[in-house]
Amino acid sequence: MSENVINTSLLRLEHIGKEFYGNRVLNDISFSIEAGEILGLIGENGAGKSTLLNILFGMPVINSTGGHEGRIYIDGQPVNFTSPQQALAAGIGMVHQEFSLIPGFTATENILLNREVLNGSLLRYLFGKRLATLDREAMRQRAMKAINTLGVHISTDMVVSEMPVGYKQFIEIAREIDRKHTRLLFLDEPTAVLTETEAEILITALKKLAREGIAIVFISHRLEEIKAFCNRIIILRDGNLITDQPANELSTKRIASLMVGRNNEQKDFYAEPIKLDKSEDKDEPDTSAPDSPDAKKKKKKKPALKVENLWVDMPGETVLDVSFEVMRGEIFGIGGLAGQGKLGIPNGIMGLYPAGGKVRVFGKKLHLNKPRNALNREMAFVSEDRRGVGLLLDEPLDWNITFTAMQMQGKFLLGIPHIFQIRNEIAMASEARKYIKALDIKCTGPSQKAGELSGGNQQKVCLARAFALEPNILLICEPTRGIDIGAKNLVLDTLRQYNKEHNTTIIITSSELEELRSICNRVAIVGGGKIAGVLPASAPAEDFGLLMMGQMRQQENENEEA
Amino acid sequence: MIKNFIAKAGWPRIIIGLFLLALFITAPFVGVNFFTSLNNTIVRFGMNSVLVLAMIPMIQAGCGLNFGLPLGIIAGLLGATLSIEFNEKILELLLQCATQYKISWLTEEFLTLHREAIGFASAIIIAIPFAAVLGWLYGKLLNRVKGDEMMIATYVGFSSVSFMCIAWLLLPYKHPTMIWGYAGHGLRTTISVDGYWLHILNDWLAINFKEDIVLSDSLTLNVNLSIPTGMLIFFAAMALFVWLFMRTKTGTAMTAAGSNPEFARASGVNVDKMRTISVVMSTILGAVGIIVYQQSFGFIQLYMGPFYMALPAVASILLGGASVNKATILNVIVGTFLFQGILTMTPSVFNSLFQTDMSEVIRLIVSNGMILYALTRKVRA
Repeated sequence: MSENVINTSLLRLEHIGKEFYGNRVLNDISFSIEAGEILGLIGENGAGKSTLLNILFGMPVINSTGGHEGRIYIDGQPVNFTSPQQALAAGIGMVHQEFSLIPGFTATENILLNREVLNGSLLRYLFGKRLATLDREAMRQRAMKAINTLGVHISTDMVVSEMPVGYKQFIEIAREIDRKHTRLLFLDEPTAVLTETEAEILITALKKLAREGIAIVFISHRLEEIKAFCNRIIILRDGNLITDQPANELSTKRIASLMVGRNNEQKDFYAEPIKLDKSEDKDEPDTSAPDSPDAKKKKKKKPALKVENLWVDMPGETVLDVSFEVMRGEIFGIGGLAGQGKLGIPNGIMGLYPAGGKVRVFGKKLHLNKPRNALNREMAFVSEDRRGVGLLLDEPLDWNITFTAMQMQGKFLLGIPHIFQIRNEIAMASEARKYIKALDIKCTGPSQKAGELSGGNQQKVCLARAFALEPNILLICEPTRGIDIGAKNLVLDTLRQYNKEHNTTIIITSSELEELRSICNRVAIVGGGKIAGVLPASAPAEDFGLLMMGQMRQQENENEEA
Repeated sequence: MIKNFIAKAGWPRIIIGLFLLALFITAPFVGVNFFTSLNNTIVRFGMNSVLVLAMIPMIQAGCGLNFGLPLGIIAGLLGATLSIEFNEKILELLLQCATQYKISWLTEEFLTLHREAIGFASAIIIAIPFAAVLGWLYGKLLNRVKGDEMMIATYVGFSSVSFMCIAWLLLPYKHPTMIWGYAGHGLRTTISVDGYWLHILNDWLAINFKEDIVLSDSLTLNVNLSIPTGMLIFFAAMALFVWLFMRTKTGTAMTAAGSNPEFARASGVNVDKMRTISVVMSTILGAVGIIVYQQSFGFIQLYMGPFYMALPAVASILLGGASVNKATILNVIVGTFLFQGILTMTPSVFNSLFQTDMSEVIRLIVSNGMILYALTRKVRA
């Protein structure tokens, strides 16, 4: 492994760029990795990390969407992988965030999958490799060796489905290092599922591998880990390479601010709303104290929504224990990294997933677990899962817009209530036309099917449905996910305007911190199913970044040191 | 414009429609009476249309095609047999009511005159509660097997038919027109409705047109039409009922639950309840449908009779252009007409064309072939 130390870089990227359907996700990325180097790759969700890995690993998703720009060199030779097999053959190993192990197989079988040690036999001689028997003992030895390299003790005969997640992660890595020629190892958040001790063991093992000449690219959201472990750090933001510096030149705080910060041009773009929010915030200086005496805001005193010890069992977005308050007329943001539980909060309040805890709406208790209860309290919800929950794709727009209002409030019906009523399709269509005009929904008319619209217009339909309910509290998840910049601004402006005109309390959950800061009065950052902190939107970017990384305490320590 | 029409109607309907048209055109040349054929087609359409209509609620609510139609049919059979069993008692009861509540128009004369209609109505009225209870249980079952409704529904149909095979023998029916003569108990396989409600709808307001039109010396048109207006009106009424129901708040919620259950749930709709209601409706329509079928067919067919009723109904609505989760009244009308049309015309035309008597074989090939064709056309909208 370590023989081929050549002067040229092990891996060199030049001007890598990638566009998905006109949506630019990577822009002019160039860097190189030397043998034995450990490189930390950092970026928010959607910064382009996964796309970069997919390009390097030759994932078919890249090729099928028109390939990528720029060039990749390995040992100075240009390469262009069109399948993961080619990348593997070139010595690139990858450990994905999701495990790709066969649950019913043992550790040995998983580590040596497709590279089994074979016995010689007559059958093999006659019919080729496929009918050869396995040399189980040799396989066990090899698996043992790979596992031992990592410095952990896992039985080679243990079935993967019975392993704790930490073990599975080690098996994944063991599989990659068992390949004799692996020279470059990509690890996508390998420590996310590990306990602290396990993470330390893993990092020690990786350092050992690096000393043997394997280059490692390490993706993690744990900043202190990256800083302690990597030689060099690369930060991606919005598809651009922001910084490429030795790790010891960067402080954790600096990394956080580089990761979430936006360039000046965009700041100008968002300047006005931020100022607006600031001025409003001055009236309510410390947001976490709603009882702070302030004469001006007396009418806003009563919290519109008070959440205490909420837990939500939403797969992938588990909420453990969340408490917060939202004032009437406030725009409240919930941010945080994917999978930390931010989406679970609104979904739990609306009763879409099993939940518990106390939720009070305008002082009155809300019974969870039934969407009907929340809707009856004049709350409306725009789901993050637009196509799955948010829309009737096979039904016309007027259905989509008026359905909830019809079911919950008996609007758009003709006839005698409780006896016989049929839907008033004329009223439905005119309501739909009203929103098509107001939100500039591009469609052929109220009778077009929702599934035929583009993502941005579908999002507007979802908003229209919520507005048609005339809610007092509006919960919106990922309002701008997957829509283009023009539609994004229109959606955000609409929300602002709606908030201003109707004094509606709006709770926005979004992965895009900058978007939250531009529209919200206060932003709560969720980490690990709990609220890491609530900050006014005007708080500096790095504070948000540090909250996201669960690092508030370290930052304080650092400040003391400095 | 033609392209537009083709896109709207869909190729399967155009192909089958053209084939049916060809059969009607061929018919006179091979000695098959055009008008008799047309008449038969219309009668068969009327007989089957309510059974096909029974597919709509379940399809719309996302429960798939109602392969469990035999369950509804069994409820209909119970209603029909009980109506015959207690025919005299029902008339007596009505007479008692008339005297007790002094309803002047409800005289013995009136009852004797409308005995058949009362028998028909009581069959439906008795069948509905049975259908509602069976449908409710069937709906509860389907809610537990979301995603596999059609497979489970098929077996619900099969097993209910088998169960009733035992029940028909053991139930203590006494009416001499219905039980086995030699044993003295147990229901016969076929029970005539003659004298009860035979052709009650067919003959109501029926338009009879019988004339020989002489066009020339050699060509005489033998027009022999008997349009079963009453049956068509009854279907129209049922269709209107379904159409209106699907437009109510509940019907809208049902459609949304079928279109996207998650959306419906997030909008405060109780999806399971909507599905159960749809299954109950489908089952009730199936029960009413078989009674309409019987009055035209002339016989109540017990035992394995209901077994073969689901597939033609399913095939009809699919031929009519419905998908597994979207169906309209128009799909029912078009599909039933095409299916029954082909089924009526093919055997008679082919028989005359090839001078053989294999109408039964052809009928089986055509009906099963069309079912197969319709099921391969099955689409998810």
